[in-house]
Amino acid sequence: MTMFSKKFFAGMALSGLMATTAVTGAFAQEETIKVGILHSLSGTMAISETTLKDVMLMLIEEQNKKGGLLGKKLEAVVVDPASDWPLFAEKARELIQVNGVSAVFGCWTSVSRKSVLPVFEELNSLLFYPVQYEGEESQRNVFYTGAAPNQQAIPAVDYLMNEEGVERWVLAGTDYVYPRTTNKILEAYLKAKGVAEEDIMINYTPFGHSDWQTIVSDIKAFGSAGKKTAVVSTINGDANVPFYKELGNAGIKAEDIPVVAFSVGEEELAGLDTGPLVGHLAAWNYFQSVDTPVNGEFIEAWKAYIGDDKRVTNDPMEAHYIGFNMWVKAVEKAGTTDPDAVIDAIVGVSVPNLTGGYSAMMPNHHITKPVLIGEIQEDGQFETVWETSGLVVGDAWSDYLDGSKDLIADWRKPLNCGNFNTATGKCGGSGS
Amino acid sequence: MNVNAYAPRSLPALLLAMLLALLPLALLSSAAGAQDNAALRPLIDALGQGSFGDTEKQVSALAATGDAAVVPALEALTNGDLYVRKADKAVVIGKRAGGSLALTDPLTGEALESTATSALDKIRVNNRLRRTIRAALGGLTLRAADATTRRQAAEAIFKAQDAEGIEALDAAIEAETNPGVAKLMREARAAAVLASDRPTEDKIAAIGTLAERGDRDALSMITAVQNSEASDLHEAAGAALARIEKLQAAWDTARNVWFGLSLGSVLLLAAIGLAITFGVMGVINMAHGEMVMLGAYTTFMVQNLFRTHAPDLFDYSLLVALPAAFLVAGLVGVGIERGIIRFLHNRPLETLLATWGVSLILQQAVRSIFGPTNQEVGNPAFMSGAFEIGQLTITYNRLWILVFALTVFAALLIAMKFTRFGLNVRAVTQNRRMAASMGIRTPLVDALTFGLGSGIAGIAGVALSQIDNVSPNLGQSYIIDSFMVVVFGGVGNLWGTLVAAMSLGVANKFLEPFAGAVLAKILVLVFIILFIQKRPRGLFALKGRAVEA
Repeated sequence: MTMFSKKFFAGMALSGLMATTAVTGAFAQEETIKVGILHSLSGTMAISETTLKDVMLMLIEEQNKKGGLLGKKLEAVVVDPASDWPLFAEKARELIQVNGVSAVFGCWTSVSRKSVLPVFEELNSLLFYPVQYEGEESQRNVFYTGAAPNQQAIPAVDYLMNEEGVERWVLAGTDYVYPRTTNKILEAYLKAKGVAEEDIMINYTPFGHSDWQTIVSDIKAFGSAGKKTAVVSTINGDANVPFYKELGNAGIKAEDIPVVAFSVGEEELAGLDTGPLVGHLAAWNYFQSVDTPVNGEFIEAWKAYIGDDKRVTNDPMEAHYIGFNMWVKAVEKAGTTDPDAVIDAIVGVSVPNLTGGYSAMMPNHHITKPVLIGEIQEDGQFETVWETSGLVVGDAWSDYLDGSKDLIADWRKPLNCGNFNTATGKCGGSGS
Repeated sequence: MNVNAYAPRSLPALLLAMLLALLPLALLSSAAGAQDNAALRPLIDALGQGSFGDTEKQVSALAATGDAAVVPALEALTNGDLYVRKADKAVVIGKRAGGSLALTDPLTGEALESTATSALDKIRVNNRLRRTIRAALGGLTLRAADATTRRQAAEAIFKAQDAEGIEALDAAIEAETNPGVAKLMREARAAAVLASDRPTEDKIAAIGTLAERGDRDALSMITAVQNSEASDLHEAAGAALARIEKLQAAWDTARNVWFGLSLGSVLLLAAIGLAITFGVMGVINMAHGEMVMLGAYTTFMVQNLFRTHAPDLFDYSLLVALPAAFLVAGLVGVGIERGIIRFLHNRPLETLLATWGVSLILQQAVRSIFGPTNQEVGNPAFMSGAFEIGQLTITYNRLWILVFALTVFAALLIAMKFTRFGLNVRAVTQNRRMAASMGIRTPLVDALTFGLGSGIAGIAGVALSQIDNVSPNLGQSYIIDSFMVVVFGGVGNLWGTLVAAMSLGVANKFLEPFAGAVLAKILVLVFIILFIQKRPRGLFALKGRAVEA
């Protein structure tokens, strides 16, 4: 025991010494601009978010190779909020107050974003949020680089309606805020398009649902009413794999009942035998299969950085690519990393996206994106079968919900408001 | 097909002429293929041109030739194996072979020089096109020599509901020798008649044929008639619908029972290991789910070895994975017992916390080694697909898991009842000190029992990898259900675990259609809580002094 203690204390002393040198080493270095990365590296969301942490590290490394920003090197500060929503708020506070980061790139689920919103507002810092979400929000300190419902859900439904002649709709989702709000918007949209109440079936399942037999059988039954039927899926994360397996096993082919998914990308398909899924659809703003030179370079750089030839790229990664470049450009334009200056400078900033065009930051802190509909292929990639003719501007407040159709967001002076009611002419009005 | 739209252009005009010329052939000759490939070549080569709409027209033109020689090209197209060679704009079939594509001629089937992917343009297909191709292939293979192909053809035509196929179907029914296939063809004909402008009597007869079929596709077609303008058909359609719906209600019950048993078998598999470690030994093992996860990852590793070293034997990978998963999870279990649990004997709260910690460590360890993303575990051929009993679709993977769960259960029961080791386990759990006095090495028995429970969780992981994600979180989703089953069934009783798993599964599936998946789960949980209030020892309580000890 005494031996153990001695060794133990010697170890402690040694590690203490090393820690001190590390700190002095940091002080001796030149001044850096710190960038916070707030993605779960453990817990349930690690499956999706770890990749985004890696892509941010790659983007920062590339920027440093190009000479950094404002003559300083960028330094990534990575924290792990462990898929624990309140911990997101704590870690965000730590990043801003303790580490003094200039901007934070992070969050995946809506509940984690909602949990950090007050922190970013209070401490006046910047958050770039890279995931498609339910909309109905615009905050001064947050930049939404993922798709709003009108940049993903609505065009997908339009595609099915016009190209596939779908008349009957199953809205299937996981039971939480994103699917519920998206389905509410879609239901209102479909009804506005003349779809009858009985032609819409809405179904929610718990997180991580793995027994899909009943639901797949219900979908089959719903689809046998003499009208072309499609499934609009907002099923989240892991639950998709058993869902698609059950569809495949039950013999539901994409030709009969196509499923269009908003949360299934290349990453999710990587753990799946895609043979039986060929032809099912996904709506995104980016696919790895998009054949542009800039995307080719990005994929190559990513594979080289991660050291694995089989790794795929996906839509939220592109969102970070766009968001990071926008932030860099805005900082260069403002000449400082001061949040207020960057917030003023970033509106109107336009950077190349990976699908061959340019994305611009709008006054409502959402960006312009093309919308692509892709069909799942045998190799786990998507083949684009349809795309919008131009870029779609992200709409913070849906035009199809009663509570939000009169609201607009504009963070430029003089309006400077995230929920301006055009009917009453007041900021903060909750709509008619 | 809009004929006028492409009359002015020369190639389509040619196509149209050919189409008309070949139409009688399609109806008369079953021995197609004798035709001149030269006539088909321009049709095939036109496939790669223009939009999806253009390709669709070309597919229809090919189908109209009635020549079975175009079947390989259409099959390749729907499978995404058809390419345009950039150099000479020729359409070829490409199969991936290493970094390049092995090419064959779509008409003659002869092998061509293989080419790099970059020299070829893939001909894209979408769902609408796939539907057209499926119907076209159905029409072309209706007279094939192989009965299975003819059956698929009839199914495809049934789904396509194409009025123009009636004559071809009549001829095929005439020539059909297989009664099963003939019945399908008659149903396909009935479906086509409903879509045609045939007289009302024909349509009423067709509705009768479809009502006979009585499945959801028939329901769908007759509902469409019911909703249409043709009021003279409404009576017949209404009667047929009532008949089908009555039949469907009966099948729904059968379906729910099957789904329930299948869910029950998954619950049984997940819980059966826990029935040993918690039920028999009384250890609250929060790391039980992680043993399941380790089993699933072992399957992944074994399959990877098979993929790289013996891809032909892939179907047997699960047979190797089973003992491997048992050993891996079992050894980890023995390690946990020796390293932690034996120091916490009779301290349930500490055991709970310690095993919870172990579960987190194992999860993060797997996440660090394999990464946080899902790993692909393949289904061997005998576990893919489904078969039908009447209108009950039974998927093979679910069926095998049910069989497997019952087998594991039986094996465990025999091991506990009839082996020396089982006797020792029962002796130690009933009265540790007495067993020790009789010369049983209780520490060894403890370690082995815990290892057995963990090992069984491991083989459960092999089965669950076939229906669920293989990710570090796999175990978490089963731990609560497992405890629920064991507590409900009665701690320390294996039969209780079986009955509990099956009844919870069936109850869940009967509730789900009415209450939805979320509420059904909650209702089952509430029911168990109330049940435990009434019978704290579960369904099958152990009686006698052993319980009090």
